[in-house]
Amino acid sequence: MSALWTIFRRDLTLLLFGAPGRGGALLPLLFFLAVAMLYPFAVGPDAKLLARTGAGVIWVAALLAAILPLDRLVEPDLEAGFFDQWALRGIAEEGVLSLRILAHWLSFGVPLMLAAPLAAGLLNLDGAQLWTVELGLLLGTPGLAAIGVTIAALTAGLRAGAALGGLLAIPLAVPLLIFGAGSLQPGGEGGLLLLAASSLAALAIAPFAAGGAIRAGRE
Amino acid sequence: MQPCRLAAYDLACRRGDRLLFRGVSFELHGGEALHLAGPNGIGKSSLMRIFAGLLRAYNGHVEHEGALALSDERPALDTHRPLGEALAFWRQVDRAGEARADFGLEDLLDVPVRYLSTGQRKRAALARLAASGARIWLLDEPLNGLDTHWGASAQAAIEAHRALGGIAVIASHQPLQLQKLRTLSLLEHLP
Repeated sequence: MSALWTIFRRDLTLLLFGAPGRGGALLPLLFFLAVAMLYPFAVGPDAKLLARTGAGVIWVAALLAAILPLDRLVEPDLEAGFFDQWALRGIAEEGVLSLRILAHWLSFGVPLMLAAPLAAGLLNLDGAQLWTVELGLLLGTPGLAAIGVTIAALTAGLRAGAALGGLLAIPLAVPLLIFGAGSLQPGGEGGLLLLAASSLAALAIAPFAAGGAIRAGRE
Repeated sequence: MQPCRLAAYDLACRRGDRLLFRGVSFELHGGEALHLAGPNGIGKSSLMRIFAGLLRAYNGHVEHEGALALSDERPALDTHRPLGEALAFWRQVDRAGEARADFGLEDLLDVPVRYLSTGQRKRAALARLAASGARIWLLDEPLNGLDTHWGASAQAAIEAHRALGGIAVIASHQPLQLQKLRTLSLLEHLP
């Protein structure tokens, strides 16, 4: 069994089930559903308004849910010396972080996709809209995971890194939000292609940016 | 066992705008041990991290043949997991067998790492290092937190490692009872 596979299993277990001081996948999921539930309370039960704006709310909720676990993606392992020990064994930061992006996506992107039908019910979305939302989440959440891990690596070890991380991640995630929510407008199917493109660009850059951030942090 | 070697050539280290030391050169072969001495803040840990490749030297370079293992103040063990699982993680990463030196951890394997004392964590970190199978041990303050008994055990483990042809570099402000120990005082390398 290779070292990277062992590290990936540890990442996934930690991100899915959490540990004392680092909550698992449940928290972002409940947060996502809470936003979807609060929105109708705030704007009233007008079914047409909800159906028109609900998909956008799902995207905002997904973005915020992706930011929640930022402070435990990289910081605790950096603090405990895991990254130094991996580097010493010749395991590249880029490899570790690519797998961490995958583990992060599995622990927040996939649960959000599973919860989306419930959110769609709360927001009065019809079947076609739900289908587009699911497709959009499938294409967009890997990009959100990539941005999340990059920002987590950049802000690890800084004072107030968690709050700063949230602030830094939001502007980077704006293209994903625009294309994701835009794909739900009438005639907005092209948004899905742009969403996939932004997601791929984020995924391609993230391991190198995050790896560079961790190496720079050692100086 | 294949030969191992650790050599430093004219190393200098700068942290911020302060030069910590310069002109550090030595060569270690299998079976040898080096004691890095010097008061706090003189750059012992920085030198260790330069050997480990985690910090760039301001000047000079390091050569090594054989795998490196580092034990510093951070044990890199999952604090929420039982010690046995936390150590098993590194055994799988290193694809290593059981540790040769056990450091009296058998009774603690079911205890979550966060309940262990400083000395017990130190022993766990040393056990991880010993189990890694690396030929070159970099030990940053290995005796910190260890009582007299376990301090002697840790030094016995270092001797056993050297007897098998390994290298040990030990940064410590405490005196060490090791055979044919070479000492490098960073005080002699101040800029």
